[in-house]
Amino acid sequence: MKIGLVGRSRIAVFIVFAFLSSSAQVRAQFAQIPAESAFSIPEAQLLKPEALVQLLQTTNKDKPLILQVGSHMLFAQAHIPGSEYAGQGSQPAGIEQLQNRVNSLPRKKLIVLYCGCCPWNRCPNLGPAFAKLRDMGFTNVKVLYLANNFGADWAGKGYPVEQGH
Amino acid sequence: MSGIPKAIGIKPRTLRCSSALKLLLCLFVGTSVAQTPKAATSLLHKEAPEFVRIDLENRRLDLRAYKGKVVLLDFWATWCASCLLEMPRFVAWQTQYGPRGLQIVGISMDDDPALARKLYKKMKLNYPVAMGDEKLGLLYGGVLGLPLTYLIDAQGTVQAEFRDETDVKLIEEQIKPLLRP
Repeated sequence: MKIGLVGRSRIAVFIVFAFLSSSAQVRAQFAQIPAESAFSIPEAQLLKPEALVQLLQTTNKDKPLILQVGSHMLFAQAHIPGSEYAGQGSQPAGIEQLQNRVNSLPRKKLIVLYCGCCPWNRCPNLGPAFAKLRDMGFTNVKVLYLANNFGADWAGKGYPVEQGH
Repeated sequence: MSGIPKAIGIKPRTLRCSSALKLLLCLFVGTSVAQTPKAATSLLHKEAPEFVRIDLENRRLDLRAYKGKVVLLDFWATWCASCLLEMPRFVAWQTQYGPRGLQIVGISMDDDPALARKLYKKMKLNYPVAMGDEKLGLLYGGVLGLPLTYLIDAQGTVQAEFRDETDVKLIEEQIKPLLRP
C-alpha cells in the first residue's frame, strides 16, 4: 500500500508527538523527587569513565585513591579494581567511615569518588561524600560521572571490574 | 539526564516508510529501546533464576512456588528514589491484578535490613519482600543499578526487563496481556 506525502507527514507528526508525549509522561512521573542529587558537584570535578580508565593506565606513581561511596551490596558484586568501599554517603555512619579512611591523607591527594547506585540526578550518596571531603580540606577530589548507573556506564561498557568485599 | 522509558523486549513494529520516516523512527525507537543499558547479562526470554529466601514476614519465599502466576520481580532499595515512586503503583496492581494471576515480589538491595523493614511497613506493601545479597544479584546477572524489574510469565520465563526510570504505564502494558482474562 502506497502512502502519499500527506500520509507520511501525518505519520511523522504522530511519531514525534508520541515520542515527546512518552518522554513528558516519564518526566512528570519522576519530577516530584526531591532527591539530594549529585548536581551539586561542580562540573569541573567530574571525571568521565574513559578518562578514569586512561588515568589508571598511565599513572605509575601516586595512584589515585578510588572510593565507592554507595551500596556495599553493589560493590560486592562488581567494583573498579583497586577501589575501596568507604561507606554510604547518604548515611551518617557512611560519612564517618569515609572520614576515617581519608583523615590521615595529605589534602592534595587525588581522590576519586564513585557510586553508580542509580541515575546521576537521583544519587543520594555522591553529593554528601564530596561535600565532606571538600569540608575536610581536600583540594584534588574528582567524581566519576556515571549517567545511569555502574552497570550501564562502567561494567556494561566493558571497563574492568572485580568482585568481592 | 535519564527519564526515557527503557524496556528490553519491546520490539518496534516493522514499517515500510520513507527515509525521513525511518530517521524519525530511529529517533523514537533509538531512545526508548536501543539505548537500553546492557549492564547485566540479559535474562530476556530465559528461565528466571530460581531462589529461596525468607521474607520480611519470616515466611518462605520460593520463586518456584509462583509458577502459574505472572511475577513482577522488583529489585529496589530505600536509597533508590525512583524505586520508592514505583511502589504505590505496585501495591495497587497487586490488589487490582492479583485475582488475575499477578504476583509482585520485592527484593531489597539495602545493606541494612532494618531500613527495608521500616519502609515495608511504612508503605504497607501487600506483596512479599525479601532481602537480597550479592549472590542473588549475581544470579540475576549483576544488579548493578536500580531500579531493576523483571516481568516473568506463568511458565517462569523472563518476558521483559525494565532498567532505570521507566514509565509505569509501560510496565503495566506489558503485564496485562500475560494475565488471565
